[in-house]
Amino acid sequence: MRTFRLACLATAMLAAAPLTARAEMRAEVLHWWTSGGESAAVKVFADAFTEAGGTWVDSAIAGGQAARTAGINRIVGGNPPTAMQFNTGKQFDELVANGLLADLDAVAAEGKWQDVLPPALTEAITRDGKVYAIPVNIHGINWLWYNKKLFEEHGIAEPTSWADVAAAGEKLKAAGLIGLAQGGQPWQERSLFNAMLVGDGGTDLYYRIYRDGDQEAVRSDGFRKVAELFKQLQGLTDAGSPGRNWNDATAMVLTSKAGMQVIGDWAKGEFTAAGQVADQDYGCAIVGQGGYLMGGDVFVFPVVDGASSANETQATLAEVMFAPETQIAFNTIKGSVPSRLDVDVSGMDACAQKGAAALKDPARQVPTTDFLISPDLSGALDDVITQFWNNQGMTTDQFVEQFIGAMQAAG
Amino acid sequence: MTAMVTARIPAAATARALAGRADARPARWRRQLGAKLALLPLMAVVIVVYLGCMLWTVRLSFSSSKLLPVQDWAGLQQYGRLFANDRFLLSAINIGIFGVLFIGGCLVFGFLLAVFIDQRVRAEGVLRTVFLFPHAMSLVVTGLAWQWFLNPTLGLQKLVRDLGFADFTFDWIVNQQMVIYTLVIAGIWQASGLVMAILLAGLRGVDEDLWKAARVDGIPAWRAYLSIALPLIGPMVVTATVLLAVQVVKLYDLVVAMTRGGPGIASEVPAKFVMDHLFERNNIGLATAAATMMLVTVVAILAPWIYARYVRETGRRA
Repeated sequence: MRTFRLACLATAMLAAAPLTARAEMRAEVLHWWTSGGESAAVKVFADAFTEAGGTWVDSAIAGGQAARTAGINRIVGGNPPTAMQFNTGKQFDELVANGLLADLDAVAAEGKWQDVLPPALTEAITRDGKVYAIPVNIHGINWLWYNKKLFEEHGIAEPTSWADVAAAGEKLKAAGLIGLAQGGQPWQERSLFNAMLVGDGGTDLYYRIYRDGDQEAVRSDGFRKVAELFKQLQGLTDAGSPGRNWNDATAMVLTSKAGMQVIGDWAKGEFTAAGQVADQDYGCAIVGQGGYLMGGDVFVFPVVDGASSANETQATLAEVMFAPETQIAFNTIKGSVPSRLDVDVSGMDACAQKGAAALKDPARQVPTTDFLISPDLSGALDDVITQFWNNQGMTTDQFVEQFIGAMQAAG
Repeated sequence: MTAMVTARIPAAATARALAGRADARPARWRRQLGAKLALLPLMAVVIVVYLGCMLWTVRLSFSSSKLLPVQDWAGLQQYGRLFANDRFLLSAINIGIFGVLFIGGCLVFGFLLAVFIDQRVRAEGVLRTVFLFPHAMSLVVTGLAWQWFLNPTLGLQKLVRDLGFADFTFDWIVNQQMVIYTLVIAGIWQASGLVMAILLAGLRGVDEDLWKAARVDGIPAWRAYLSIALPLIGPMVVTATVLLAVQVVKLYDLVVAMTRGGPGIASEVPAKFVMDHLFERNNIGLATAAATMMLVTVVAILAPWIYARYVRETGRRA
């Protein structure tokens, strides 16, 4: 009997031992990277974390909005994941304000994050002097992608200003091609507009409007000029544009149906998948005065067991994600550039190197509107921009007034 | 369908007869107790989940909630913003246009299809299935299919132009003035079959003798359908209308799949306004205000009908 009991006890202990060990470093990570390239990129994080002795539990939910909703519901409901993805910016503001996120101060201080991150990113992850998120990548969202073959055929040089873009588009249109491939969805129209605002209107104007909420800046000549140019570009799109997905628009560029597209660097994945090479088959440029609009993704770490700072698992996860080699491997697959500027990017493609070079200059580091304005205001402005883009009858004056109206209403 | 309606009458009669007998009362009470107990969980769900959430939504519409629900009091601020919002006002107009045309169109088409099948056509079973089939598809699939079909650079317009008619234009889906009608077309295509099935069941239930009598009197077939059959299948029409009206109120997936509310904001609908503000734009206050306005509208339309149908009827009986 005694032996039996001992045997039972031993079995129980054997069974329990690895369980407790594993439970200590078990990280459930909620994210929305579900496409082929994206999940390959996430695997870099997962492998690195496993190597560090942890267990990665993948909790992927397709669609950023759906994933964020599910994650927020779980956090509010008291059953949070270990880590959760957000876009860099203000999306997690209220979670911080309600004390639902653990701070990463210790990890950030140890890893000297402040020295290696662009200042705008440091600001974007800091609330009330504490670090609450880890930025894992930087997506440049104001890239112009163009078909090199078409540009050579029609004797067009790489555009350096937005007026050049319009002129190039007119030339292609006259040749019976589609000047600008545009996905006609509000977020893509906003993305194009902001790219033009930074490139043509300049970084100052951009900051005055989005950071300072200066309504007079919207009435300025610079803003009106951008608006008129924006409208001119609309004339270069084709009739099938409304509602189109961004990757369908990219496909038009790489099949030589259209000359150009303005979209974030995730488009590179499409070119790569089609076997095209940066700077040979397709070109990439930051058009205008040079501001590099930085978007990207962060991970936040919800409070577990009432601890206001990140626990060991969360700290390890953050360290692993931020390690230089993980950053290079992850961003090479993802199509973005590393969030830390101290890594060697010479192994990455021509466009990524261009982006990383732009980021070295602090004056060119411009955060996207996600960093600067609330999702509420962002959505309200989307409604205005998409109306201006699509409604032929809408004048620049009406656009300016409605833009200001949205700023007042959503504030 | 008709069988169900007639079957209900004897049941009601028995119940009334039972109620008249005093000695049957305790047994009936006990039987009702069992039923009541069995229904209790359901009632709890209805009260807590449906009514509770409704009240919770109305409450939140008077708060300044953004990403997370908060319990402060912001008065009518959200409603003020709602009614100054171009997109919401356009959504309201759109749902009105869609509702009237969609319900009307479905009833007309569905009735015509039912009459057509009622002619004892050959291969009736096949045709019935074909007409009903769109309804078996999800609205997302319907929306995507119609989006491709109507897209001027991919679908119908390109096809006809490639056939040699270079001037042919059918670009409603990218035209801000016309896009709402493409939603109506897709909606009618999707839901007409259901109306047909309901009305056909009704037509089949119309007494054969009535048709014979009409024929003897020399009444033309169309007149017999319109003036004799249609009034007789009135309850079926009401059923179909109610089902269609529900689809109108919750119109969301079709728009998302087909136009995403565009071009611009030309095909936005209230349900999409609510969803966008609730999730994407982190503005629970404004979203719940819009949801409350939808509820108020539905109640305003339903209230007179409920009054006429139930309140006045029971009043008369008493």
